[in-house]
Amino acid sequence: MSKEKFDYFINGEKGKYEVVIGLEVHAQVLSNSKLFSGSSTKFGADPNKQVSLIDSAFPGMLPVINEECVKQAVRTGLGLNAKINNYSVFDRKNYFYADLPQGYQISQYKNPIVGEGKILLDMPYGSKEIGIERLHLEQDAGKSIHDMDPSSTYVDLNRSGIALMEIVSKPHLRSPDEVNAYIKKLRTIMRYLGTCDGNMQEGSLRADVNVSVRKLGDKNFGTRCEIKNVNSIKFMQMAIEYEANRQVELLEDGKEIDQETRLFDTKKNETRSMRSKEDAHDYRYFPDPDLLPLKLEQKLIDDLKKSLPELPDNKKERLIQEYGLNSYEANVLVSEKEISDYYEEVAKLSDKKLAATWMIGDLFAMLNDKGLNISNSPISAKNFAELVQSIKSGEISGRIAKEVFEIMVESGDNPKKIIESKGMKQQSDPKELEKMINEILSKNKDKVDQYKAGKEKLFGFFVGQVMKLSGGKANPQLTNEILKKLLKG
Amino acid sequence: MSNITNQSLSEILKSIKSKKISSLELTQEYIKNIENAKKLNAFVTTTFDKALENAKKFDNKPNNEQLLSGIPLAVKDLFCTENVKTTAGSNILNNFVPSYESTVTKNLWNNGAFLLGKLNCDEFAMGSSNETSFFGNVINPIGDHLVPGGSSGGSSSALAADLTPATIGTDTGGSIRQPASFTGTVGLKPTYGLCSRWGIVAFASSLDQAGPMTKTVNDCSIMLEAMSGFDDKDSTSINKKKESYSKNLKDNIKGLKIGIPKEYRVDNMPKEIDELWEKGKKILKDLGAQLIDISLPHTKYALPTYYIVAPAEASSNLARYDGVRYGYRSQKGKDLIEMYENTRSEGFGDEVKRRILIGTYVLSSGYYDAYYLKAQKVRQLIKKDFDDSFTKVDAILTPSTPSSAFKIGEKTNDPVSMYLNDIFTVPVNLAGLPALSLPAGLDKQGYPLGLQLIGKALDEQKILNIGYAFEKNCGYKNEIKKWWS
Repeated sequence: MSKEKFDYFINGEKGKYEVVIGLEVHAQVLSNSKLFSGSSTKFGADPNKQVSLIDSAFPGMLPVINEECVKQAVRTGLGLNAKINNYSVFDRKNYFYADLPQGYQISQYKNPIVGEGKILLDMPYGSKEIGIERLHLEQDAGKSIHDMDPSSTYVDLNRSGIALMEIVSKPHLRSPDEVNAYIKKLRTIMRYLGTCDGNMQEGSLRADVNVSVRKLGDKNFGTRCEIKNVNSIKFMQMAIEYEANRQVELLEDGKEIDQETRLFDTKKNETRSMRSKEDAHDYRYFPDPDLLPLKLEQKLIDDLKKSLPELPDNKKERLIQEYGLNSYEANVLVSEKEISDYYEEVAKLSDKKLAATWMIGDLFAMLNDKGLNISNSPISAKNFAELVQSIKSGEISGRIAKEVFEIMVESGDNPKKIIESKGMKQQSDPKELEKMINEILSKNKDKVDQYKAGKEKLFGFFVGQVMKLSGGKANPQLTNEILKKLLKG
Repeated sequence: MSNITNQSLSEILKSIKSKKISSLELTQEYIKNIENAKKLNAFVTTTFDKALENAKKFDNKPNNEQLLSGIPLAVKDLFCTENVKTTAGSNILNNFVPSYESTVTKNLWNNGAFLLGKLNCDEFAMGSSNETSFFGNVINPIGDHLVPGGSSGGSSSALAADLTPATIGTDTGGSIRQPASFTGTVGLKPTYGLCSRWGIVAFASSLDQAGPMTKTVNDCSIMLEAMSGFDDKDSTSINKKKESYSKNLKDNIKGLKIGIPKEYRVDNMPKEIDELWEKGKKILKDLGAQLIDISLPHTKYALPTYYIVAPAEASSNLARYDGVRYGYRSQKGKDLIEMYENTRSEGFGDEVKRRILIGTYVLSSGYYDAYYLKAQKVRQLIKKDFDDSFTKVDAILTPSTPSSAFKIGEKTNDPVSMYLNDIFTVPVNLAGLPALSLPAGLDKQGYPLGLQLIGKALDEQKILNIGYAFEKNCGYKNEIKKWWS
C-alpha cells in the first residue's frame, strides 16, 4: 500500500487554510429501558406507546437512574481508553420545547461520568490519534412532528428519556475523511462493546459538528460554527466541506466569522444560520436535586474492565501476530463487528490466512456487486469455511473453487454437496494423472521433441492439454510435478 | 358520641377498635362537620361517597391490627391521589386528575385509612398564609379574620376545626410547622428522605418533605410511622428499617441535653415569644433535661439562602406546567411560544410567578456563581452549624414562629415580611433535619403560639419523646369555639 500524504486544505487566494473539526456524537445507549424510567426503548413502536408518567413529566414523578445505562457508559469509556470518574453529577439543562416534557433535560455538565480518552484512526498516511474530551449521559427528547397537520404540531414521546451518551472529541480532526474514519471507528468500538447499535438511519448515532478554519501554520484556532444534528457520515462530510469553504470565503473577503449554531440543509447542500451567539440559550444548568451524585465503586469499574470484549485495535494485533495476516487484511477484517464475527467463525473452521484472502477478495467483491453486506451474505460462514478448506486440502483447485463459489452464491448450498454432485473434485491420484499425461505426450511427440530441444515455453501447452482432458479437475501442482518428471525421461 | 371528632386520633382509634363507634358513623360525623365548615374554605375537593364506601367496607371486615384502622383522613392537595383531582392550589392543575397515588398517601391507605377529601393550600405550597391559593384563602378556626398559616393552611384549619382526625402536609421552609403553630396543633417535618416525595407535586426538591399534622404528639408518632418508609421510586429516599414511633414513645427525658441557640433571639421579636421560649425551657428543665447555650452562627443567612435555593429549584420544577400534556391550557396564542406564555400567565398566580422569576434569575449565566452557588455554600455552613451543635446536645429548642397568626390580608402586599415568618423554620429544611412544632401557649390576644424542637437527622423518636413529655406538662389545650357552624 502506498502511503498518500495528507492534503486536505482549502486554497484561498491569500493562502492555504487548514480545517479544524471537533465532533459531539450522540450515541443512543443500548438498554432495554430508558435512562430514568422503566419504559421500553425499542425502535418503531406506535407513537406514545412507550411513555411512562416519568417520561411525560407528570406532577410528582421522580427519576431513578437505570444502572445498566451507567454500566454501558462506563464500558464505552473503557473502550475509548478513557478515565472513568468515580464521582459524577446529573444536572438539569433548562429550556422550553413541546417535546421536552420536564422543561429540562437531565444531563451531565460539570462532572461527566467519563473524562479524557482517545481513538486511533488508520489513515492512508499512517495512524492518527484523536483525543476524546469527555463522555456524559443524558436524556433524549421526544419528537415534534410538524407535517401531519397544517395547524398543529404532534408530539411523540417514545424517545423522551432514552439514554444517550454524548461523546465529545477534541478539535483534532482535519478533514472529512478523518471525520468519516472517526465516526466509523467510534461506531465499531461501540458495536464491539454492545453499548450502541450505531444505527444512523434510526437515529441511534447523530452528531453536532464544530468547524473552524485557520491559515496553515497559524497556532490559534479560528472562530467555530456548530452544525447541529447531522445524522449521516455523508451529510457530515458535505456539511464540513460547505462550511469550511464558506468560512474561508468570509476570511478572504476580510470579513469576520460569527460564532453561531447552523443547520445543514441536505436538499440544498448548504449550512444556514440557526441562532447567533447572542441568541444562544441560557440553559441555567444546576445539579438535579431529584438525583444524588453518581458514585461508582472502583470494583465495579474494574469488573467491567475485566469483562470487556476484545476491541478492534487488539483484535487487529492478534490477527497479525497469531493468524499471520498482513496489516491491510487485519484492518479490513476488524473494521466492522459483523465482518469480524464472520471472519472469526470461518477462521475457526479453516485455514486462517486463506480464509482472509478469499473473504477480502471474492466474498467482498460479490457482496459489493450485489449491494449486500456481510450480515445478509448468501453464503454462510460455515459453508464459506468448508469452501476454504476444500481449497486448502487440495480437494478442488482455486479455479474450480471460483465455480463452486458462484454456485454457492446462487443456491446457498453447501460446497461439499456441489463438488460431489457436479463431480468437481480435483484429480489428485498420481497414477491416474500419469496415465493421462503419458497419453497426451504420446499423442504429441513432435511437441515433446521440440520441448526437449529447448523450447521450454511448451510446458504450458502440456499443462493446458492435461486440464482440457481432465475437465479442469487435475491437481495443478501434481500435474506440474509429473509433467516435469516425464518430460525429463 | 357526638363529640368524637373532638378527640385525638389515638382516642378515636381506641373507639373504632373497641367498636364503640363504627368507621361509617365516624366518617358521617366528619362529613357533617365539613359541611358545616364551608366558611373555613379548608377543602378543595371532598370525596364523601368514596369515604362512606370505604368506611362500610371496613366495618364489614374490620382489620384492627393496622395503625390507622378505619380512619377517614383529609390530606393536603399537593399529594397526588388516584382518580381524585389534585390541584396544588393552582389554576394550572385545576382540572388535573392523576392516574396514580403518591407513596405517602398509599402508605396511609395501606395502614387502614381512607381519603375524606383534599385540603386547600398555598399555590404549589408557596406561601405562609394560605392566601396564594387559586381556590381562595383559608380561615383559621381560631378567629374569622386570621390566616391559618401556610402553605399547609387547609390542613391546619381542618385539623383544628375537627374536620379530620389528623392530616398530612408538606414542609419546604416551614409549611407544616408554622400553620401548626398558628392553630395550636402539632406538626412534624421529618428528616429529608424519611417520607417519599414520589407523587407529591414538587416545589423545591432538595427541601420538600411530607409530614404529619395532629392534635397530639402520640397521634403524630402514629401518623409518622404510617406514612414514612423507604421508596425505591425516590432516589433521595433513605433506606433504613422502619421504626415504631408510637410504641417507643417515652416521656422520660431526664438527662437529655437541650440546646438553646442564641441566634434565634431576633430583633423586634414580640416579648411574648420570648416569654414562651422561657416557659418551654423551664418545663424541660423541670423534667430533668439540661439546658445548654449553643450558637448557630450562620442562622441569619438562612432566609436569604432559602429564598435563592427554593425558587431556583421551583423555577425548574414548574417548567413542566406548559399546557402541552395535562392541566390548564390557554386557548389564546398563535404559536407554541404564545401558548406557553398565555398558559403560564393565566395558570399561575402572582406568588408563583414571583418565585419563578427569582429562581430563573439566580440560575442565569453570570448570576449563578454569585447567587445559587454561594447559597449552596452557605447551606453547607448552616448544616455544619447544626452538626457541630449536635455533638453537644440531643435536641434544640426554639420558637416556631416570630409571631402568632396574623390577619388575613395583613402581609399580602409585603412579600418580604411574609417570608420573615419562616425565619425559625427554614434553617431546618436547609439542613435536612427533623423538627417538631408543639403548641405551647397563647399570646395576649389568645392566639396559639408554638415551640420548635429540632433533632439530629433520623432522630425523630427523640424529639417526639421530648415533645410527649413537654405536652404532658405544658397544660396547653386548644379551646376553639365553633363560630362557623
